[in-house]
Amino acid sequence: MDTPAYVSLKDVVFSRSDRRIFDGVTLDIPRGKITAIMGPSGTGKTTLLRLIGGQLRPDSGRVEVDGQQVPELKRKQLYALREKMGMLFQSGALFTDLSVFENVAFPLRVHTSLPEDMIRDIVLMKLEAVGLRGARRLMPSELSGGMTRRVALARSIALDPELIMYDEPFAGQDPIAMGVLVKLIRDLNRSMGLTSVLVSHDVPESLSICHYACIIADGKVIGEGTPEELRQHPSRQVQQFLQGQPDGPVPFHYPATDPAEDYGLSGGVS
Amino acid sequence: MIDRIASLGRLGLDIVTSFGRSGQFLAGVLAGVPRPVTGFPLLIKQLYSVGVLSLAIVVVSGLFIGMVLGLQGYTILSDYGSEAAIGQMIALTLVRELGPVVTALLFAGRAGSALTAEIGLMKATEQLSSMEMMGVDPLRRVIAPRLWAGFIAMPVLAVIFSVVGIWGGMLVGVDWLGVFEGSFWGNMQSSVDFVDDVMNGVIKSVVFGFVCAWIAVYQGYDCVPTSAGISSATTKTVVYSSLAVLGLDFVLTAVMFGDF
Repeated sequence: MDTPAYVSLKDVVFSRSDRRIFDGVTLDIPRGKITAIMGPSGTGKTTLLRLIGGQLRPDSGRVEVDGQQVPELKRKQLYALREKMGMLFQSGALFTDLSVFENVAFPLRVHTSLPEDMIRDIVLMKLEAVGLRGARRLMPSELSGGMTRRVALARSIALDPELIMYDEPFAGQDPIAMGVLVKLIRDLNRSMGLTSVLVSHDVPESLSICHYACIIADGKVIGEGTPEELRQHPSRQVQQFLQGQPDGPVPFHYPATDPAEDYGLSGGVS
Repeated sequence: MIDRIASLGRLGLDIVTSFGRSGQFLAGVLAGVPRPVTGFPLLIKQLYSVGVLSLAIVVVSGLFIGMVLGLQGYTILSDYGSEAAIGQMIALTLVRELGPVVTALLFAGRAGSALTAEIGLMKATEQLSSMEMMGVDPLRRVIAPRLWAGFIAMPVLAVIFSVVGIWGGMLVGVDWLGVFEGSFWGNMQSSVDFVDDVMNGVIKSVVFGFVCAWIAVYQGYDCVPTSAGISSATTKTVVYSSLAVLGLDFVLTAVMFGDF
């Protein structure tokens, strides 16, 4: 990778209760590029974003964002760093008691002392960028799933962040909404020079827009590289995931005892 | 047997852990003093939500409880020919006990449960997480205004409850049952002490308000972010608040009025 890393994870170990989610993950996310993080459900992709955002602390290892060690930051420093980050949650996470306009204006009102007319112009520009200037008076309950995510996207870029993290942006979207989101992610990355981290298990969409991708499974990075390098990757597990094969290194059957025991056949199953 | 002892130990540990976590949470909320410019409008909004919107239930309950006290008081006192003391009885009962306690129970059921459900739903829909990721502390922005609003609104509601209750008692005692109005108010005036009775009642309601609001916001913030989790947290808010209010009432009454 030629581009310097904006986010860097080194030997990250993270457990939840007794379950080890990451067992020595090392990953560099290049500045100004779109990096897709893919992997089967439950592998901790969202957890990875929360580690980068400092909402979770690793058991060991280093999580570095823009040269700062996230787990070592004091509360105030962490909140200051987060002003340079945007995150698009899977649910959109819009504030349900605020209109679309007020949702997008929220970070501007909290973090800046801009006059009201300037806030209005910025909010309308951000909504225009996601194609929803006309929906500014609607309440979140009046929006479709795709529109909710677009408003959340407008809100997450309101402060012109350096890093934006997308948590499953395509999940549950119809083809048109998915196409819109793909275009928005690509265009925003290009026009604003953002460093984008895209967590998803929608392989075709993610590989179509990312510059760099990695696949996480069993608590480790099992494959990484450009989309083309990944398609040629020798690992059977990587290929099973990319091609959506139901059986392979990740077995179809959940580990179970001998079927004869469950079916009550003392002589075994022939 | 060993299993039972182990589960008892686990329960004890869970309770202690829960107390520790809620204490840490409270320290976090109180440490983040809201900024006057941004915090004041948020506080006003919450005062409306937990205070003004609780007025109806508090006023109606106060009125009926005062009327019932009037009826019961008259029936009992008239047996001894002391029905003129009905005003004193109603006022002391309300300002010392029923005002703070019943208002706190109503507050826990109306405002406390709403606070828990609202915060729990914000957690379940990732609104609190998104706020954190925007560099906004949800403890300061969401929790603190609600805690302070409960703390401020409760004593005011308790005073309103007592005033309406006394008026309800007067409607029944004076206007309906014919107790002489002069003795109703005169006895009340001579026997109710501002510091010993009224202020002690206000202190009780301040304590109850703080405890109810603390339990409500903590249960919402700490709930399992699912529909079942929110439902359970809401129930816990009402149950824990009610028990805390009744338990603390005994302790405070013993300290304030027990001449040992």
